[in-house]
Amino acid sequence: MTTLSSLTIAEASQKLRQKQCTSEELVRACIERIEQQNPMINAVVHTSFDRALEKAKKTDDQGIGDHPLSGIPYLAKDVFCEKDVPTTACSNILREPGKTYAPPYDSTTTRRLTAAGAISLGKTNTDEFTMGASTETSCFGVTRNPWDTQRVAGGSSGGSAASVAADMACFALGTDTGGSIRQPAGFCNNVGLRPTYGRTSRFGVMSMASSLDTIGPICKTTEDVAIVMNAIAGKDPYDGTTGDKPVPDYRSALTGDVKGLKIGIPKEYFIDGLNAEVEGAVREAANVLKSLGAELVDISLPHTKYALATYYILCPCEVSSNMARYDGIRFGHTAPSADLIEYYRAVRSTGFGSEVKRRIMIGTYALSSGYYDAYYRQAQKVRTLIGQDFTNAWQSVDLVLAPVSPTPAFTVGAHDNDPVAMYLEDAFMDGAVMAGIPALSVPCGFSKDGLPIGLQLMGRQWEEATVLRASDAYEKATKFTDRRPA
Amino acid sequence: MSLSHDQVRHIAKLARLDLSDEEVTRFATQLTDILSYVDMLKEVDTSQVEATSQVTGLTNALRPDELRDPLCGAEDLVQCSPLPIVERQVQTHSAH
Repeated sequence: MTTLSSLTIAEASQKLRQKQCTSEELVRACIERIEQQNPMINAVVHTSFDRALEKAKKTDDQGIGDHPLSGIPYLAKDVFCEKDVPTTACSNILREPGKTYAPPYDSTTTRRLTAAGAISLGKTNTDEFTMGASTETSCFGVTRNPWDTQRVAGGSSGGSAASVAADMACFALGTDTGGSIRQPAGFCNNVGLRPTYGRTSRFGVMSMASSLDTIGPICKTTEDVAIVMNAIAGKDPYDGTTGDKPVPDYRSALTGDVKGLKIGIPKEYFIDGLNAEVEGAVREAANVLKSLGAELVDISLPHTKYALATYYILCPCEVSSNMARYDGIRFGHTAPSADLIEYYRAVRSTGFGSEVKRRIMIGTYALSSGYYDAYYRQAQKVRTLIGQDFTNAWQSVDLVLAPVSPTPAFTVGAHDNDPVAMYLEDAFMDGAVMAGIPALSVPCGFSKDGLPIGLQLMGRQWEEATVLRASDAYEKATKFTDRRPA
Repeated sequence: MSLSHDQVRHIAKLARLDLSDEEVTRFATQLTDILSYVDMLKEVDTSQVEATSQVTGLTNALRPDELRDPLCGAEDLVQCSPLPIVERQVQTHSAH
């Protein structure tokens, strides 16, 4: 029974249809895995097991539905609102004895998954309000990497990535604002997709930076990512930033054929001092794609080095605005005080952790009178230049290939006293963010210490299908996704 | 450029945050480090560049002002509050 939890969505879906297992057995196998592994890994922070088992039994009774996600268990990052399930962004500001925030409505993404028949098991750990690259700032503690529990799972979707790596569910939902799907997927040997901004709906997902946030899947294989994207992508009347481009069938886009695909190798991502094992694995991956028929093209994305700095102005600015709603009035934490202004300060000071406070303050400063033009406006303009780098690149290539992270997973506590060092972990993440393009992390090897290394593939806006096609062909030729932590 | 303790206290006040003296000292250093890092954007010539506020290319995503099926009721929303509810309103301290 326990091997059921190691199935991919595609495998589980087939077994369910062939009646080789039931949805209830699949859900129970995952629950067992969570109970066994979570005390060490700390990937799951809220559970809805009873509800999940009820849904599984109902699915079995009614018969597996047409959608490949019917009867399939998943976990959602603790920022996706699910009706009546505690959802706290792993922050004390949404926790209060007896009144911990449990949304009265569903996010569009979880609603779409439920409609497809997928079954939510609960919520995964994240850096508080998704601010971080290591899942160390959560009020529920650190999520450890199943590949080496002395190391981080990455962040901010570390809980989602670790849970998939540890077979706690068939797939998980994450968010990627500055790398938060790709980086943990890279550290945990998952396939994680940051879709085109506006491809998936942010409605009902607690916002961090509204012009940068995206919602996406973290899965065991590229095919599974395609299956989930088929269910969750598309215009949403509740999210005015979603585009109305039709959603292709991502699964049938996985033809295995990359002949003639032009893949750009951007020199600015292969800097002096890049970890030799990471560089080796990523360059080897490029060669594999070449052997499969793709063409490698040297390109330049000249504004790459400014992407992280651009992010660390735009993001905190938008954060300072989005965090203003956490004032102890409509939801969450409360605190004693003498008057209203003192109430706001007491709630926010005791509810928010240090990283959230840092970003609120950077944002407040950079948006304030006298600084707005020098910081926020300048960052918005550099954003344009970064986007233009990619637009220029698309004239000669179809995809851009790069590392995901400068190193494999680092040890817990490595960046405790150095916020900027933590930010630099995301050095390769923000080009795609500024351009609003799809970017994916797929496993491309392991370090000598057995730590996963991620390959990043970026594509044109709205062309997830091309990114997925290349990822799938590469994955099937190398099978790094087959490996599991000891 | 370095943030003074007074500047940090002022920012905290704007953001409705109370900071201890230890936090003011710690944040002054850390925020200065972060601002020093992002200062590199000053190097970039953006005199001929338009700002990007969003990348979707969409404008005016509007819909007719018609009532739709609500996702939940007003009572459900108000019940999320940790404060006393009086006649379907959240009762707060006064500002004075």
